[in-house]
Amino acid sequence: MARPFIDKVVTANDLREGDVVYLTETNNWTRHLSEAEVLQDEATAKARLAAGSGDVLKIIGVYLADVTAAETGPEPRHFREEFRRTGPSNYFHGKQQRAENV
Amino acid sequence: MYKYTQFDTDFVRQRNAQFRTQIERRLNGSLTEDEFKPLRLMNGLYLQLHAYMLRVAIPYGSLNGGQMRQLAMIAERWDKGYGHFTTRQNIQFNWPKLPDVADILDALGDVEMHAIQTSGNTIRNVTADHFAGAAADELEDPRAYAELIRQWSTDHPEFQFLPRKFKIALCGSPRDRAVTRAHDIGLRMVQRQGLVGFEVIVGGGLGRTPMIGKVIREFIPPAELLPYLEAIVSVWNLLGRRDNKYKARIKITVHEHGIDKIRALVEARFALLRDSFQGNDQRLLEQIKTGFAPPAFKTRPLKAFDQHYGSNRVFRDWVDTNTHPHRNDAYAIVSISLKTPGKTPGDASAEQMRVMADIGERYGHDELRVSHEQNLILPHVHKSDLGAVHKALQGAGLATANIGLISDIIACPGMDYCALATARSIPIAQDIAKHFDVLKAEHDIGELKVKISGCINACGHHHIGHIGILGLDRAGVENYQITLGGDATETAAIGDRAGPGFSAYEIVPAIDRLVTAYLQLRTDRSEAFLQTYRRVGLAPFKTALYPETTRTGQANAA
Repeated sequence: MARPFIDKVVTANDLREGDVVYLTETNNWTRHLSEAEVLQDEATAKARLAAGSGDVLKIIGVYLADVTAAETGPEPRHFREEFRRTGPSNYFHGKQQRAENV
Repeated sequence: MYKYTQFDTDFVRQRNAQFRTQIERRLNGSLTEDEFKPLRLMNGLYLQLHAYMLRVAIPYGSLNGGQMRQLAMIAERWDKGYGHFTTRQNIQFNWPKLPDVADILDALGDVEMHAIQTSGNTIRNVTADHFAGAAADELEDPRAYAELIRQWSTDHPEFQFLPRKFKIALCGSPRDRAVTRAHDIGLRMVQRQGLVGFEVIVGGGLGRTPMIGKVIREFIPPAELLPYLEAIVSVWNLLGRRDNKYKARIKITVHEHGIDKIRALVEARFALLRDSFQGNDQRLLEQIKTGFAPPAFKTRPLKAFDQHYGSNRVFRDWVDTNTHPHRNDAYAIVSISLKTPGKTPGDASAEQMRVMADIGERYGHDELRVSHEQNLILPHVHKSDLGAVHKALQGAGLATANIGLISDIIACPGMDYCALATARSIPIAQDIAKHFDVLKAEHDIGELKVKISGCINACGHHHIGHIGILGLDRAGVENYQITLGGDATETAAIGDRAGPGFSAYEIVPAIDRLVTAYLQLRTDRSEAFLQTYRRVGLAPFKTALYPETTRTGQANAA
């Protein structure tokens, strides 16, 4: 029996700044995981990954990351993705810093 | 210090100009990422978790005040106000933006620095003893040879697409402070019949297959050094496994073919290459050596130092812990700890860099060094200036007296930054350092080298830590394996794995149990942790680490 599909988002880094980005339903790249499009089956995930990969003037290092759907939007399933959406733990830098400045 | 020739300056400028256009072509779509990636890696630019990372070479760890000040400027102007000094004597900037990188490289070029061959399958930044040119036990300053190797290896047409990266380290003293036995090639200076030359060690390395290097040549005279190195690298370049990156390093080549076969191949190749150098390398070496002439040492009374040392305990502790014997008795080698408990090992703020630059210029004959243990060194400080140096360091939060102690921890960036990491390193180092700082126990514990890597690639040298910690991902949770008895020096050894790993919450208590066991096991204070370990072996430490499983007989070292 096939394993149940785990929800995914398309993620990458911004080509110019390197910041972590996520693909939205409207084919934009957002800096917030909460705004990412959640992909709920294998075929859609593959298609959206292919679509995102074509955006070579905006992003670098595109891949699919596992998430869990929640009321506030997708949540990372792995600690690596938690760090990517937050920033390093030794300084208040990265996304956590930017979020405070918004 | 070596000064760039016009050739060096032009070469770096030209490389920077090329990379500038390559960045522009990537940004406008003329180059794909697949085409651009090897180009950016050749210039030290990685993509990490949150941002790009620029790794800047500090050849053999030497820099002057002006260069340090420029690093501070770069940190403030294009990064987040700090830099991270690494175990390969580099500095890494964690937040550069791609369109700014060409300007950063030009700023480095302005002070005779670059990021060339700090990545990619090339001969990487050549490292050396951080006490080079100053150590009391040194035969000769190895840095002139390191600079010769840097020039030979930079853009070497045969060695730009090697099977894998290739790292060379040199040490000029019997005491190995450059980890020569854990490099692809380690060069240990030795003397034979009055002539100084090198013992050549090959096939050492850490990573997923840690190996202690083997002696391939007991003595190579300086005149034959470059052709011999070229012979080694060219033999490996043909034999090295390009089919499997995990088996591509020369340590695997030596392991698979045997040192005797590799030696025979190298000697045959060396016989062909030896005459082709025609003495040009030796003429270059003589020019280079003029750049490493010792500074004009001062002669001054030491009475004030003696008085201050006798009367001020904080100063005395710092001198006892953070200075080492200099070849000139009136001088000391000062280690500036970048390991204040609770801070990130190896990090310095731009302001701290400026303070160190000022101190180096004013009191240190304008010389600074980066150590592979992620500290900064002032190699030449007259003892009469130690009081002023200590005071200036105190003012910048740089006077922690912990060199060689349990809080002087090597830690790689780990999963806080690194795209390859499987767990975090920095918070573990911070927690251990804070724990023993609160106990005020580390001077009693004595020499104890803790080294932490956030993945199997072992940038944090965990295999050769007296206590090594390896961070792994076990079913989606950070898990830390402990190795014991590793050694980075001339008595190099790979540590023994102690048993099952610990969670992030369990690791500090586990280290505490190890240290408590050591304090009970040691004969007296003069027996350091590593000596005790070598005397009693793994068993009593394992009992301390795993009291429950040992008691119930359920030990499982899987």
